[in-house]
Amino acid sequence: MSAFVNQLPIGLSIGAVLLLVALGLTFTFGQMGVVNMAHGEFIMAGAYTAFLVGDLVLALPAAFLVAGVMGLVLERAAVRHFYGRPLDTLLLTWGVSLVLQQLARDLFGAPNVQVPAPSWLAGGVGILPYNRLLIMALAVAGVVAVWLYLNRTALGRRTQAVVQNRRLAATSGIDAGRVDMLTFFIGSGLAGVAGVALTLIGPVGPGLGTYYIVDAFLVVVAGGLGQLRGAVLAAVALGLLNSYAEFWSDASLAKVAVFAVVIAFLQVRPQGLFVLRSRVLT
Amino acid sequence: MIRRNLPFAAVAVAALVLAPLLLEPFRLGLLAKYLCYAIVALGIGLAWGKGGMLTLGQGVFFGLGGYAMAMYLKLAEAGPGGLPDFMVWSGVTELPALWAPFASPVLALAVAVLGPAALAALLGTLVFRQRVRGAYFAILTQALAAALVILLVGQQGLTGGTNGMTNFFELFGHDLAEDAAQRGLYLVTAGVLGVLYLAARQLAHSRFGRLLVAVRDGEDRVRFLGYDPALVKTVTFAISAGMAGLAGALFVPVVGIISPALLGVVPSLELVVAVAVGGRHVLAGAVLGAVVMGYAKTAFSERFADGWLYLQGALFILVMTLAPQGIAGLLARARSGGTRLGRVRRARTT
Repeated sequence: MSAFVNQLPIGLSIGAVLLLVALGLTFTFGQMGVVNMAHGEFIMAGAYTAFLVGDLVLALPAAFLVAGVMGLVLERAAVRHFYGRPLDTLLLTWGVSLVLQQLARDLFGAPNVQVPAPSWLAGGVGILPYNRLLIMALAVAGVVAVWLYLNRTALGRRTQAVVQNRRLAATSGIDAGRVDMLTFFIGSGLAGVAGVALTLIGPVGPGLGTYYIVDAFLVVVAGGLGQLRGAVLAAVALGLLNSYAEFWSDASLAKVAVFAVVIAFLQVRPQGLFVLRSRVLT
Repeated sequence: MIRRNLPFAAVAVAALVLAPLLLEPFRLGLLAKYLCYAIVALGIGLAWGKGGMLTLGQGVFFGLGGYAMAMYLKLAEAGPGGLPDFMVWSGVTELPALWAPFASPVLALAVAVLGPAALAALLGTLVFRQRVRGAYFAILTQALAAALVILLVGQQGLTGGTNGMTNFFELFGHDLAEDAAQRGLYLVTAGVLGVLYLAARQLAHSRFGRLLVAVRDGEDRVRFLGYDPALVKTVTFAISAGMAGLAGALFVPVVGIISPALLGVVPSLELVVAVAVGGRHVLAGAVLGAVVMGYAKTAFSERFADGWLYLQGALFILVMTLAPQGIAGLLARARSGGTRLGRVRRARTT
């Protein structure tokens, strides 16, 4: 029983990391249907920004901006020519991700770098250190901010309109191209924030993003496309599952267990937890 | 009929007769390695090019085939009652039950081909029945590849961990270090590729193949016509997985190693890239792409180690933006003097 209770905060903290990483994907993948394999490298860019800036508080907006602009450039230069061809986009962005990884290796060197944690993060509550708590707080703040943006601002509502029916939205006077740009900017920027958060729990290397990206996509698939609450629930569930499976078997079997559970889950809810109903036929 | 088969016959003669005569043993071994990848690529060409299923986990099937073969080789070497070297190093004292069947070469080969096919059939049944497709399917297969690598690394005593398995000396009584054995392996690989290519082409031209393309271009419409798209996709996916498994089984004696690094997310994607570069909608393009990309990787890594990733990434971005039909598409366009351009443009929706 005590083991069960002990694993709970660990699972929640893994879930928070997953959620932060997946939050940006709910924009680019969820809202726009773009499978951006370079998302992991935007995370890495955010982490290296934190390394360069040195100060955690300043790093958060800086990383958002750096990763966001990278996303914006990618969207304008390449991705926008590929709308409606999600699989081609996936492969294209993977090429971008390769180039970015090698670029990071040339700029910062292949060995990992360590971002020193601020002194006020030393210590913790119970078995949870402050840095894990901060990540959870960041995840919650991120979710709240995204929700407010999507539901309470004019821009967010336009984004939703374009997602639900692009042509009708365009006919109603919404500039769909600009909405795409903005959505991609925000989604990529959130990846940068996730990168800063990851510097709190581990070293930064050129391959940082690849480590998280697969799990993050699983979260979005299990949560349902473009559904914020789905992503939150799926991230927490997968985080808990990961931590308990690791505890009861070992880390290598845990990944397989998570995969099996996601496949089993898709048998019940093939389109994820929450589905945006539509009559669109492919 | 003769005209259609002329290019194939020319390539077959070049591969089976000229290459062993002209290439030094080291280069021939490399070519054999590319041909193994080409077999996987052929499967990807079927699943993705013809069927529209972007599988990012072919490394899993390739790996299962490879590990099955490696387990047989290790057991054959250790002899009855012996233990493979890496097990001794990781402190395993008794042969795990999982390994026992692999003492038989027939069983090992059967597992190498049927194991991946069965896994793909299971995954396909579960996923395609629920109409999970497109990018979702791609992500799931990628997650499978990631999970398998972690599993293989974690089970050190069973699989050799990160290092995988290497040091194979003998195959069916032939010394693998000898040039003759390597040449034989090359010929077997080339022969297998040729036979599989002909079979795949036959399949693509059959009723089933046309149905497969129809599923790719309009799954719902095929369903409305009374067919079962999930079944068509599952069967194709299983065939492509079986091909990858066989390729893995050939790869192990040819290259002499199998390890998690050879079958994870990145190698799986690299093969998809190769197929795209060669031309995904033409089976010959998939094979060509695998050989060309394999050769390019060796040639560039020999000269500038770091440059390869830039080049691969850039090449890939260029192919996806400028020539989504790959080399095969460019050739077709050149041959018909630009008239195909419009058709190619219109066809590139998958």
